[in-house]
Amino acid sequence: MSPSRTDSATRNASPTAPPAAERTALRHPKDLLLREDRLPHIWCPTCGIGTCVASFIEAIAETGIPEEKFAVISGIGCTGRVAGYVKLDSFHTTHGRAIPYATGLHLAHPEMKVVVFSGDGDLVAIGGNHLIHAARRNLDITIICVNNFIYGMTGGQLAPTTPHTARTTTSPKGNWEYPFNVPHLVASCGATYVARWTSLHVRRMRQAMREAILKRGFSLVEIIAPCSTLYARKNRLGTGYDLMKFYHDNCEVRHGADTKELDIEFQQKIAVGKFVDVEKPTFLDRIGAGRKK
Amino acid sequence: MRFWRTPLDRDKFECPHGQVFIIVERCKGCAFCVEYCPRGVLEISEKFNKKGYHYPVAVREGACVDCNLCEVICPEFAIYTECRNECAEDEAAEEASAQPEGGEGTS
Repeated sequence: MSPSRTDSATRNASPTAPPAAERTALRHPKDLLLREDRLPHIWCPTCGIGTCVASFIEAIAETGIPEEKFAVISGIGCTGRVAGYVKLDSFHTTHGRAIPYATGLHLAHPEMKVVVFSGDGDLVAIGGNHLIHAARRNLDITIICVNNFIYGMTGGQLAPTTPHTARTTTSPKGNWEYPFNVPHLVASCGATYVARWTSLHVRRMRQAMREAILKRGFSLVEIIAPCSTLYARKNRLGTGYDLMKFYHDNCEVRHGADTKELDIEFQQKIAVGKFVDVEKPTFLDRIGAGRKK
Repeated sequence: MRFWRTPLDRDKFECPHGQVFIIVERCKGCAFCVEYCPRGVLEISEKFNKKGYHYPVAVREGACVDCNLCEVICPEFAIYTECRNECAEDEAAEEASAQPEGGEGTS
């Protein structure tokens, strides 16, 4: 190693480095809300989920709400692991059933900020019914749906969000189905906040997460994230970094766009932005509202 | 630092200077920090960590302006920056809070 190269070890010994107690072990500022003993996490190199968690932790800090008021609920899948990595109250639930757990927790503890952090296969496929009914009831919960277009953990099977003609393990000749348009699905069921960003838009994603957490009502943030090991490999799109470059070149910010027009075609333009932000009485507001006085 | 126009009060401000910290054993070598650093501070090292990933090193650390982008975009929570000129930053913040009224009034 040449003397000019500075890695963390040599930098720590420099006179401008922080005090000794801090220097002995480097502590990431986000470790306050992460279970450090479980890191490094299981996500593949260049996977976008880690970036989403980093933005989520910043969003939690920005809301100014004490961390004991948060609960993170995840289902099964790559993104379902988030509940195990955040140092908050968290549930790792059965497949697709993250929203029912969240509904129960929200109704038992209405003062808590319940965040469902899960993937597209968990929320939209297996938990699809729970998603639309939670949106219909306008429960005051926040959904963060990390959409990587594929079932990552189980081996890259076709998901209901896989774009038309994309190849997966179970669609080697290309997908023939129409994919779900997640913002339109929840917006048509009555969601009060719907936004979509990619894992490249770190600061806008953080802002959207903060707004979604503070929103009274059902809020959903869809985050398009690269899956390097399966989606990119099966479709020969390179690595996660190549997908990040693709997002950079092909994302169009269209705030307030009609959610009908937000379909994602294979390797075509992706519309991102905040699409729905309305005020509406929540489920708890309406309990007993129709009762005779 | 390049500006598209030189601010009139440029001499009153000092660019924040950041120090980069890398938690080598967490890195998985995705190189997002290297690619997205707006100041070109980082480079992939020839050495690798216990898991065999080439981690980044700060080769132009003086150029870091503590923008925090590497920290936010890193999917592994393996890199962070800290501001190294606190006094200068405080002065700049005070000036920034005092400046806008006058600055905006003239525009």
